[in-house]
Amino acid sequence: MSSIGTGYDLSVTTFSPDGRVFQTEYASKAVDNSGTAIGVTCKDGVVLGIEKLTPSKMLVEGSNKRIHHVHEHAGMAVAGLAADGRQVVARARAEAKNYLSFYGEEIPTSHLCERVASYVHLCTLYWWLRPFGTGVILGGYDRDGPQLYMIEPSGVSYRYFGAAIGKGRQAAKTEIEKLKLSEMTCKEAVFAVAKIIYGVHDEAKDKAFELEMSWICDESNKEHQKVPANLLEEAKAAAKAAQEEDMDAD
Amino acid sequence: MALSDDSSWMTAAHSMGTTIIGVEYADGVVLGADSRTTTGIYVANRASDKISKLTDNVYICRSGSAADTQVISDYVRYLLHQHTIVLGEQATVKAAAKLVREIAYSNKSFLEAGMIVGGWDKHEKGSIFGVPIGGTLLRVPFTIGGSGSTYIFGFLDQAWRPGMSKQEAQDLVVKAVSLAMARDGGSGGVVRTVTISSAGVTRDYFSHDRLPKWHEDIPAGVSTALEALENANGEWMVV
Repeated sequence: MSSIGTGYDLSVTTFSPDGRVFQTEYASKAVDNSGTAIGVTCKDGVVLGIEKLTPSKMLVEGSNKRIHHVHEHAGMAVAGLAADGRQVVARARAEAKNYLSFYGEEIPTSHLCERVASYVHLCTLYWWLRPFGTGVILGGYDRDGPQLYMIEPSGVSYRYFGAAIGKGRQAAKTEIEKLKLSEMTCKEAVFAVAKIIYGVHDEAKDKAFELEMSWICDESNKEHQKVPANLLEEAKAAAKAAQEEDMDAD
Repeated sequence: MALSDDSSWMTAAHSMGTTIIGVEYADGVVLGADSRTTTGIYVANRASDKISKLTDNVYICRSGSAADTQVISDYVRYLLHQHTIVLGEQATVKAAAKLVREIAYSNKSFLEAGMIVGGWDKHEKGSIFGVPIGGTLLRVPFTIGGSGSTYIFGFLDQAWRPGMSKQEAQDLVVKAVSLAMARDGGSGGVVRTVTISSAGVTRDYFSHDRLPKWHEDIPAGVSTALEALENANGEWMVV
């Protein structure tokens, strides 16, 4: 659904005649072309997953993470320009720390989302700044339970049961919609998300990828952490097996 | 030595000699205070209200400089108001106490304020926080403050116990403040109480006729303390 915004797309401070800000739409393209990022809310927590494309065999496994720790009970999965993503994460960390220091309590996830979204939006208001080329999936577990939010380069944010951004988002969303999230535990969701990411990965176009996953759930004591190594390996194995099954089923 | 020679009392800052107390009970908290505000030795206000509202569910007891504690309360009330709007739900007692402390600690060289923050929220239920001079923050099941508090530390240590009922807690608070008022020149007037629980907030005040009588208040018709004790049937001076 892209259209050429000739003449109205040179600055983020210019509207097009049909009311669009093309620069933020172009920024979203950067997100759309990156490796898939997925987040789901289950009955006992939140699970985040990333299809981390590895363009070179020389990259050390586990480096260049795309899931970041924001605070004890919050984590972010980023898609789009990696450096922009790091900046958004840095801001989120600062906001969470500042809130704790001022109010003596953990920042509620919804409030953290608002603060980060308004920062991202801020960068779409000035001609001397460019918008962030990053989409962020924020997962948190606070007094009101597990929650998932997605923040787009335009600064808009929504709360989701399940969200996907990046290359394989269309296929991923279809798969997520099939899941009964409110009845799933995070452990089950880890398997489901791994399967989805392996499923949407395009073997032909993108050679190699690493699966990165994290969760915040009752089992992790409501703290954001990487999914334990053995569970992740099991999930990867199950996902690979499912892929082979599908291929054989032709 | 007469008052007419030294007129500093006319211009001295308003201080709240004060006795303040906060106590946690089974379903909430009871805050109590006396009502005497002094300018030097002159009682500027004998019926002051030292328990101020910060939010619907959090109140603060103020001791020390009246001006300092009023301004601190005003700031924190304003910050909590905004906080409530942004959060979309009631502020917690912890957040309120933290804000009080932040101001008290960062301005400690300018302030003379000892405060008790108490209230009820759905996460921690009833909680009491002491914020003494200097800006310490400590959650406690009960605490006392002000010049009159020095006389009742022993009383509270002996009389407080966990899990009291609302009536027991209120009686304890009234007794404690009235004992302090009996001995501390800086405390007097009436005893005001504020009870906060999930059911809401109730204010009460106890003037001299409803307060327990202590050793110097000999009942009418009796000429000596000894007679009073003999006639008391164990009711009088019971702690």
